[in-house]
This record gives sequence, structure tokens and C-alpha cells, in this order.
Amino acid sequence: MTDALTISGLRIRTRTHAIVDGIDLALTRGGIHGLAGESGSGKTMTALAVLGLLPGSMTASGSIRLASDSPADGPGIELVGASRQVLGAVRGRRVAMVFQDPSTSLHPQLTVGRQLTDHLRHHLGLSKAAARSKAEALLERVRVPDARAALSRYPHQFSGGQRQRIAIAVALACDPTVLLADEPTTALDVTVQAGVLQLLRELVDDGGLSILLVTHDLGVMSAVADEVTVMRQGLVVESAPREQLFTAPQNAYTRSLLAALPGSSFEESPEELVEELVEGADDVEGGAR
Amino acid sequence: MSTSTKAVRSPRSRGGRAAHPFLRYALRRVLTSLLLVVGVTLVTFVLTNLVPGDPVAAALGQRAAEDPAIVSQFRATYGLDQPLVVQYFTYLGNLLQGDLGVSTTTHNPVVDDLAKALPATLEIALGAIVLSVVIGVVLGTIAAYRRGKASDHVLRVVSLAGLSVPTFWLALVLYYVFYFQLHIAPGSGRLSSDFTTPPTVTGLYTVDALLAGQLDTFLDAASHLFLPVLVLTLYTVGLLTRFVRTAVLEILDQDYVRAARAKGLPTRTVVFSYVLRGASIPILTVVGLAFGSLLSGTVLVEAIFAWPGIGSYAYQAASHLDLPGIMGVGLLIGVMYLLVNLIVDLLYGVLDPRVRLAS
Repeated sequence: MTDALTISGLRIRTRTHAIVDGIDLALTRGGIHGLAGESGSGKTMTALAVLGLLPGSMTASGSIRLASDSPADGPGIELVGASRQVLGAVRGRRVAMVFQDPSTSLHPQLTVGRQLTDHLRHHLGLSKAAARSKAEALLERVRVPDARAALSRYPHQFSGGQRQRIAIAVALACDPTVLLADEPTTALDVTVQAGVLQLLRELVDDGGLSILLVTHDLGVMSAVADEVTVMRQGLVVESAPREQLFTAPQNAYTRSLLAALPGSSFEESPEELVEELVEGADDVEGGAR
Repeated sequence: MSTSTKAVRSPRSRGGRAAHPFLRYALRRVLTSLLLVVGVTLVTFVLTNLVPGDPVAAALGQRAAEDPAIVSQFRATYGLDQPLVVQYFTYLGNLLQGDLGVSTTTHNPVVDDLAKALPATLEIALGAIVLSVVIGVVLGTIAAYRRGKASDHVLRVVSLAGLSVPTFWLALVLYYVFYFQLHIAPGSGRLSSDFTTPPTVTGLYTVDALLAGQLDTFLDAASHLFLPVLVLTLYTVGLLTRFVRTAVLEILDQDYVRAARAKGLPTRTVVFSYVLRGASIPILTVVGLAFGSLLSGTVLVEAIFAWPGIGSYAYQAASHLDLPGIMGVGLLIGVMYLLVNLIVDLLYGVLDPRVRLAS
């Protein structure tokens, strides 16, 4: 198994302090890699850095390497510090992104069809008709009912779950190899969440796609992720295959997160965890900063 | 399927074809505007009659005003001896027949005077609003994209200067510099004296000249437009630049703009299709307001450039206490405000499907 995306020594800084302080992460081809952590841990910024979409006040250093589709195409593309042209050809075409809240990530004044086809036409040079029929097929793939009619409707005419399916269809339009999903289920009803997660799993199992799933929700992780990386304060605390992380977590912080899950079977008392956690935090502070 | 949901959404349409939501939205806006027009007539009428100053004294000479017979005849002729309420309903009745009374200064029907003056004002006002929207949107967008950089600060100073400089002062200075000193701009009025008015189609000399194929007349009319339009534009450009910057900054922060960039769309597409479309509704609102302030700005600008428009007519009517003239101008300007607001409201529906498709 090769890696679709390799992050090494990634640092993201504002002028005054570090948001992400040297992390390594490998996204296995054909897998779902969960990136967990509380808000402010730097997980979303890591995802944005992959696409070179960090806010203007932040700079990234280190390496984010996107593997080429076949070994014949060379060693892949370095995305940190890549030129506008390189990023323009990667964004939406080879690496796509799904955002947290589909009611804000879809343009309210543009039809679903327009938002599904504009990058299709830009990246693949499709005609209007060809792009539309591809868009229709995409909506069917993510199981939006009445796909043809849906193309000429606006986002506000769909439910939250349908909207997120549409946003996923938009991301998948140009057959990317990597999908960055930033809290894709957080804004959805619990009943709808399961359907969207199942869809993501199916898309990966169909082949050709790897997903970096950013979420604070370990319940989501345990449902779909193959590997999990836990971040805290800009550093990787623990990275392990799902089974291992959920059954035998090595780090106190990971254990505290797991203990917070309802129905958790961890024996340690909250007091013990906090104690361990404080010691662990000292290590973090004394680390790379 | 879609017809059934529409029928459910519009309980007021009985059977047959359900009215399109946008048509009902538009109809409601038009009816509201008509009600407001009645309100405007009432306000202009009351305000005009509250003005301290006796139209009799203003219209008649001093000798005539001292003669009670002439005065009472004058009052009877113009209906001034009737109670105010009766006067108002007489006014409304005449208004419905397109009769705004006879001006006591020009002795022409006010409707004819206004019909002659309106195109002149529309020509500078439309020129100024089109120019300010184009310049304001471009500069405001640049300022937003370059937030905090040198170009943003320069644009801030320029737009604040445009907002702060008094219109009449700017008009005088520009007139002095470009006409008296540099002889670049033509003198006052709408055309130089050696040109004849192009055949009237729209009343806008530039358009009429082009329609008649008179290129030299068009150029002369356009050069006369230049200074008044420039003066009016500077203020609204300042206003729009500041506002567009704020609106665009807000939209740049939206997820859908980040999503559009994550799709790898070229910057041009992101700016025009996503950012400016998102900002279009607040921008549209402020363009409507700017057009209003522009209309009031025309009074002074027209007076300085001897531009025979609504502003000059208002100035002349006011200084002679010409009540029918004043009420006519007040009504016309009020109706123009309402019309602009109506157009803005209807454009909301065009630009935003959430307005258009909501029942």
C-alpha cells in the first residue's frame, strides 16, 4: 500500500505563534484517515494547508506531498509553497474538500447544477451538456433523489443531509484522489449523519479515493476511520489503526477523549486521567516550541 | 410534482394555474409602492402649505398685493380660498387626470415643465450612477482583496475625500479650472449654442443624437455632461467604494468562497460568480440609497452648471414660492425615490432565489 498524501514536519504559524507545530501524517491510498482533536488543535488548518487555502495571516512550512496517480508520472507534487498554477490544477481536480456546514458552503444564489458543473467544465473542458449529464450521474451516485430536477434547484430547497450529499457530489465531480472532509457530519442531525458516513465509506470502498476525515467526534471516527491521528495543541499525540486506538490507547489525552464517549469502558477515574493529562501537557509545552 | 408543491405553497391561488411566487412578490411590491405614492402626495401637499410665506405676496407685485379685490380674485382663481382638505382632494383629483396645476412662475402647466426638465436630470443622474457603480465596485473589491495593504489605505483616503468634499464647492472649483482656466470643458447648459437639439426620442441628448446618427452633436452633448456627471459621481463613488469593500470583505469570509477556491476555479470566476454575486444584495441596497442622494445633489449641481433639469426647476420654483411647481417637483422626486426602491426590491427577487421562490 502506498500513501496518497504524505505530510511531514508540517508547521503552520501566525506572526506570533504556532498553530501546527511539526506534524507527520500519512494518508493510505484507499483508506479513511481520521484526524481528531478538540477545536483549536490545528486539525482544520492542516486540511486547509493541503490546498494552500490558509488565511493570509498564516504561513506553512514543512512538506505535504501528493502522490501521483501512477508511478510513471514521477514522484508526486509538493504542495507547501506550490505556485498558483500548481495549486489551481490540484484544487478540485486531484484534492477536493467538503466543509462542515453545507448551508454555508454552497452558494445560496447559484443553482446546484451550476455549482456542480463550473469546475467540471474548467478542469476537464467538458461542454455544457456533457457536464450536466455528468452532474446528474454524480447526484445519483450520492443518492440525491430526482437528480435531473435537482440540477435546476437552489441549495435552500434541500434538507441539510441532501445539501451535504450535494456538497460531496461537488467535491467528487472531477474524480479526485484525495478528499478532505472537514467535520462533514457535525452540522447534521444524528440520524442523517449515519447516512452521510456510510456514503463516504462506500465512496472509498469503490476505489480510487482516500479521505482525510477531520472531526472532533470520536464516535464518527470509530464508525468509519481506518486509521486515526489525534492532535492536541498543534502536535500529534497519537496515531494508530482504529482497532488499536480504540482498544489500547497509549496516550493519556486519547484515553480522556475516549472516556468522555458515552458507554465508554475505561476504568480510570476522571481524577487519575486529569493528573496524567497535566503531566502529559508539560511534555507538550517543553517540546518543539 | 413541482406544480403540486407550488399549489400547496400558495393557498391564495384558487384552482387553475398557481401564480408564480415571484409574480406575487412583484405585485405586492407594486401595490405597496402605489400606496406610498398617495402618502407622498399628502406629505408634499402638507409640507408645501406649512411653508411660512404667502404665495399671494410672492406672485403678485407689491401694489397688486395691497389691493384686496385683486388678492381675493387671485385666491379664488388658484383655489386658495378653499379649506386645506378640499384643496388636497382637488389636487388629488387633478393629479389623477395628469394635471399638476399651472406654474405661477413660468405660466406653463407644471406637467409640461417637468416633462421637459426630467430627461435633462435623468441624463446626468443615470450617467453618474452607472459610472459610480462601475468604479465603486471595482475599487471596493480591490480594496477588500488588498485589505491592510498600501492600495487599501490609498483607496480609503480617496473615497473619504470624495465623501467629504461639498458637492457645490467641488462643482465651482471644477468649473473654474476646466472651463475658465484650462478651456477643456465646455460652458454651461446641455449643448453648445451652435448645435441644434437632436430629434426627441428619449429626451436624453446623447442617446437621441446617436439615434439620429449625429456624431458631432453626441460628442458635444457628452462633453457638456462630463463636469456635472463627474461632480455627482465623486460623492457616490466614495460612498460605494467604502460600502462595497465592507460587503466584499464579509463575503470573502464565507465558506462558499473558500469552497469555490477549493474547487480550483480561476480567481476571475471566484470574484465575479461567487464573491460579487454574494455581495450583490447589500450593494444593490446602497446603490438605491446612493441614487437618492444623487437626486438631491442635482439641485446644486444643476444650478451651478445652468443645467435645465428638475433641480434647476425646483430651485426656481422655491425661490418664487411657486406652490404648484414646488409640489410638482416634490411629487416627482418622491415618485422617483419610490420607483428606485421598487426596482431595487424587484432586483432582490431576480438576484436571490430565496426571495424569488419563497411563498
